[in-house]
Amino acid sequence: MSEFRRFRGTERYLTNEALEAAVNCSLALGRPLLVRGEPGTGKTLLAEAVAESLGSPLLTWHVKSTTRAQDGLYVYDTVQRLYDSRFGDGDVRDIRHYIKLGPLGQAFASNEQRVLLIDEVDKADLEFPNDLLHELDRMRFRIVETGEEVAAKIRPVVIITSNNEKELPDAFLRRCVFHFIDFPDAAFMRRVVEVHHPGLDRKLVDQVLDVFYKVRDGMRLRKRPSTSELIDWIAVLKKAGLGSVELDKNLPFLGTLLKKEQDLEAFADQLAGGRKYRS
Amino acid sequence: MFVDFIYELRRRKVPVGAQEAVALASALSQGLHDASLDGFYHVARAVLVHDEKHLDAFDVAFAAHFRGVYLESKAIAEDLLSWLRDPVRMRELSDEERESLKALDLEEVLEQFEQRLREQKERHDRGNRWIGTGGTSPFGTGGENPNGISVGGPGGGGKGGAMVEADARKYKPYRSDVLLDTRQIEVALRKLRVFAHEGAERELDIDETIDATARNAGEIEVVSRPPRRSNTRVLLLMDVGGSMDPYAYTVSQLFSAAKRATHFKELRTYYFHNCVYGRVWKTDAFLEQIRVEDLLAECGPETKLVLVGDALMAPYELLGAAGWSGDDGRTPGIEWLRRLRDHFHRAVWLNPENWRGYRGTTIDPIRAVFPMFDLTLEGLGEAVTELLRGGRR
Repeated sequence: MSEFRRFRGTERYLTNEALEAAVNCSLALGRPLLVRGEPGTGKTLLAEAVAESLGSPLLTWHVKSTTRAQDGLYVYDTVQRLYDSRFGDGDVRDIRHYIKLGPLGQAFASNEQRVLLIDEVDKADLEFPNDLLHELDRMRFRIVETGEEVAAKIRPVVIITSNNEKELPDAFLRRCVFHFIDFPDAAFMRRVVEVHHPGLDRKLVDQVLDVFYKVRDGMRLRKRPSTSELIDWIAVLKKAGLGSVELDKNLPFLGTLLKKEQDLEAFADQLAGGRKYRS
Repeated sequence: MFVDFIYELRRRKVPVGAQEAVALASALSQGLHDASLDGFYHVARAVLVHDEKHLDAFDVAFAAHFRGVYLESKAIAEDLLSWLRDPVRMRELSDEERESLKALDLEEVLEQFEQRLREQKERHDRGNRWIGTGGTSPFGTGGENPNGISVGGPGGGGKGGAMVEADARKYKPYRSDVLLDTRQIEVALRKLRVFAHEGAERELDIDETIDATARNAGEIEVVSRPPRRSNTRVLLLMDVGGSMDPYAYTVSQLFSAAKRATHFKELRTYYFHNCVYGRVWKTDAFLEQIRVEDLLAECGPETKLVLVGDALMAPYELLGAAGWSGDDGRTPGIEWLRRLRDHFHRAVWLNPENWRGYRGTTIDPIRAVFPMFDLTLEGLGEAVTELLRGGRR
């Protein structure tokens, strides 16, 4: 059993015990870490923090609705080969020139340990995670066109994020270490703010957090502001040199907190109406 | 060993098996739990739970199992102690921790641990003195990380500890117990897909490419098109409680099938009781309400509305102002239903009751507002066809 360095967060990325336990389990067991939670709670940043603390380069694979599992392994660029054959460029006879490794393939082929982030895995088709089961389990795959096998020399650290939109297949879930990122409470948020905006006036932080949680939890919004919005908001407030904020109709730089037209309207409505919006 | 705990979890419908047990054993043998119950809680949760809907069941099982309410806590304490007796596998200690450990020898540590276990059993309603709170515990968790890197929430002192966390049961809203064979329903719902080519041109249109290339005298002309994707949004409103109880099973099947369907761009589900009056609820326990006006503002008219209910109630509940008191307490239920109907282009009512056999009940006025279908596979198919008709009514 090889010793490994425990993940303890980084200077810029605060963690809690549960998250550390999950990351360390994933490192120790060599299983992918599946991170879920609402948007803006730092799922993607976690991969960066893990990469930083391990000192390994980070490979990112952004999954889209059109992404296929195959794309992560390798792509056979037939069109390029066809072009080359027509214009006599390159060595057309060697298919290997036209095999391009995807993020997962690169992570396997690398001589050092890599951290691979598979971002927003739930965006893709239902079958997508299932198609990756074998590769993530065995950490190897075969390139059909050339018959070559790509096997991981050093198991990459795989971090998978999901936005909680769709269910993932059970077989896939079973192979992962799972962590659900809670939305931070005010005390933890205070420390997050301190990391991003060190030395901010205590009184302003109190007010900002008060307003933030009132807007977030007290109002019915389509898209509730999250940590990243709060950090941005404070940055703008600081730039503008504002020393205090208060929850009223003319909340400064509201646009950084609320991103949807309807939410801005709802905000104005619920404040102007004078109605108790926390029904 | 912790095997009992695994079975406890299985009893509570957390899908854990040999794979998870082996993983947990491996994690523990590498000392990931730092020889503390807190550590064990977090490690076990990360390895054994795969979905936030099971986090609540895990917390319940953990609290029940490790508090020893109805299990011999002695045996479990033995397990924990045997982990603790294995100092070789402890993680590298910081100077501070070594200091604190030096103050107590191992015997004392174990004694304290046992004592606290016993205390916990005696005063199980207040778990605030559990192992590892507030950084005073010799087990070195819960406080600030000695390296100066922060370790998060429980450091505050008041709320640390696995027991407290398990007791808080904050993951309760995430559970959904139904995982049945809902494949048939899924297939029926799959028809609700409406594909549209939209977005950037990222897909190779092979037919068009061949055509264009041929026209171009064999010179390759690549034609691309935007990918096809589903554009369906669904709003599901379900009647729960009262006369709907006998159909809870069927409705939950529909619900879990809809939840698992991946081809909806958006699926929103809310609950109501008897009839919609002014507001609907996010959970079937009538928590987290949302006003119908707000709901309508959030859902465009192209959303497909599906109501599920038996449409049976006392006439005054539908036609009189029997709704909930509040902003719009005077508006009768039928008026709310009309508002819903008017907002959406397409809406259906699925009824688990054998409604065709009833005359002179509240089913008739509701049928006049919503097209009604059986909550059967066949009826679902018909309802889907109605929803797909497109356009306005």
